[in-house]
Amino acid sequence: MDTALLIEKFSLVVIVFLISLGVAAYSTYFERKLAAWIQDRIGPDRAGPFGLLQPIADGVKMFMKEDFIPKNSDKWLFIIGPGISMFTALITSTIIPWGPPIEIFGRQIELQIADFNIGILFIFGVVSIGVYGIMIGGWASNNKYSLFGAIRASSQMISYELAMGISLITIILLTGSLSLTDIVKSQHGMNWNIFYQPVCFLIFFICSLAETNRAPFDLAECESELVGGYHTEYSSMKLGLFLFAEYVSMFISSALMAILFFGGYNFPGMDYFDGNTLAILGVLAFFTKTFLFIFVFMWIRWTIPRFRFDQLMHLGWKTLIPAAIINMLITAIVIAFHKGWF
Amino acid sequence: MILELISIILGGMTIGSALMVILSKHPIRSVLYLVITFFFISGHFILMNAQFIAIVNIIVYAGAIMVLFLFVLMLLNLNKVDEKKTNHPISFTAVIAGGALLLVILAALKDGITFTNTIVKSDVGLVENLGTLLFSKYVVPFEISSILFISAMVGAVLLAKREKQHID
Repeated sequence: MDTALLIEKFSLVVIVFLISLGVAAYSTYFERKLAAWIQDRIGPDRAGPFGLLQPIADGVKMFMKEDFIPKNSDKWLFIIGPGISMFTALITSTIIPWGPPIEIFGRQIELQIADFNIGILFIFGVVSIGVYGIMIGGWASNNKYSLFGAIRASSQMISYELAMGISLITIILLTGSLSLTDIVKSQHGMNWNIFYQPVCFLIFFICSLAETNRAPFDLAECESELVGGYHTEYSSMKLGLFLFAEYVSMFISSALMAILFFGGYNFPGMDYFDGNTLAILGVLAFFTKTFLFIFVFMWIRWTIPRFRFDQLMHLGWKTLIPAAIINMLITAIVIAFHKGWF
Repeated sequence: MILELISIILGGMTIGSALMVILSKHPIRSVLYLVITFFFISGHFILMNAQFIAIVNIIVYAGAIMVLFLFVLMLLNLNKVDEKKTNHPISFTAVIAGGALLLVILAALKDGITFTNTIVKSDVGLVENLGTLLFSKYVVPFEISSILFISAMVGAVLLAKREKQHID
């Protein structure tokens, strides 16, 4: 094993981990500020200048609270639940290409932790096991509201996973590869997938909202019906991990949308730069797109009311899945025609 | 060398978690151990450079089928109180039947098993090669199995639709 490679990958893992957590922490602050702005309030402004230390104060508060485990709960599963949620939220960041290769000490460093040749399928895999955290946590609490929340969440995730998977097939067809690196490279400059696949993007975006359990799809923690949903019995940092995992997965799915549809680190006029300048500008472009999506996620949360459960299922099964299948068929036919198969 | 060590440890963990599936008393824990077993099996596939099969194993088994298992078990809400007393004659017969089955399988596989190192670098499990194989050499079985799946789906929908529920 190449020692330099080992150090390089290890430091990249640590940096990506810290960035994911940092962005997620400041997303909470940003979300509260945005909510305040939309509702014509001021929002958090006590801790530090403009309330900038609010996420740290929240974190400390979470840690200081009493860590309570209900008497009749399944203790181990109760503890593991939030951990699985956080793990599945973070693990997708391994395959995200954060920017063009950068050069440090004469070494070409890829800004991606691992380049699988099955990148997109890896995302599906992680999404499909993402439901375990909520399910285990909700069941182990031994509370009927938690169980309802867990069952709602898992049926919602299973339903929207299908439409998400079918919609992404069009991107695979366009690129001819499952690797995220190839998908980003094929969108060089301004040649972004969104211009070819707007319908696919819409479906993927709605499914991402559902998969991250964000409003208007947050039926799993519907306060008006289920107290707190799957995390009713949780307290202290375990609750914090559940809430925090939502923000991490919001960041990661925003990054994924930027990669799959908006060219990732590509930006118009990138051919005029090279080397490290290009790398830094690319990373900046990537994060700008990602933050824009995080903003849209929050904007939607504070604008649209929650769905009813049957509306949610109708949207998933009777609108999104047929739309995704038709979109996939049309794309396949156009590509086959383009390649001269008729 | 390191790969061999990893494969041996992984094999042990796979068997261990598979044993825990049948040894653990609680049905939900059994299902969770089964999920872990699937992850270990995927690890074996990755060691054999079959990344596609590994991830599909996780998506289909751990991500879809096992979630449905968990779903049903959670809704059933099995408690220890409801558990029937173990019927000793039945469990005894089950052990004999299972042992006989194991013997038959072992006898059938006796010549097939070779205890050599199974880590081979082959590219069969990669997407391109697998796709080419499925759509050339094995295209007929592939299409027949897809027809089977569709008819199963139609059948399931039909069964669910047959009894109209009237909810006031």
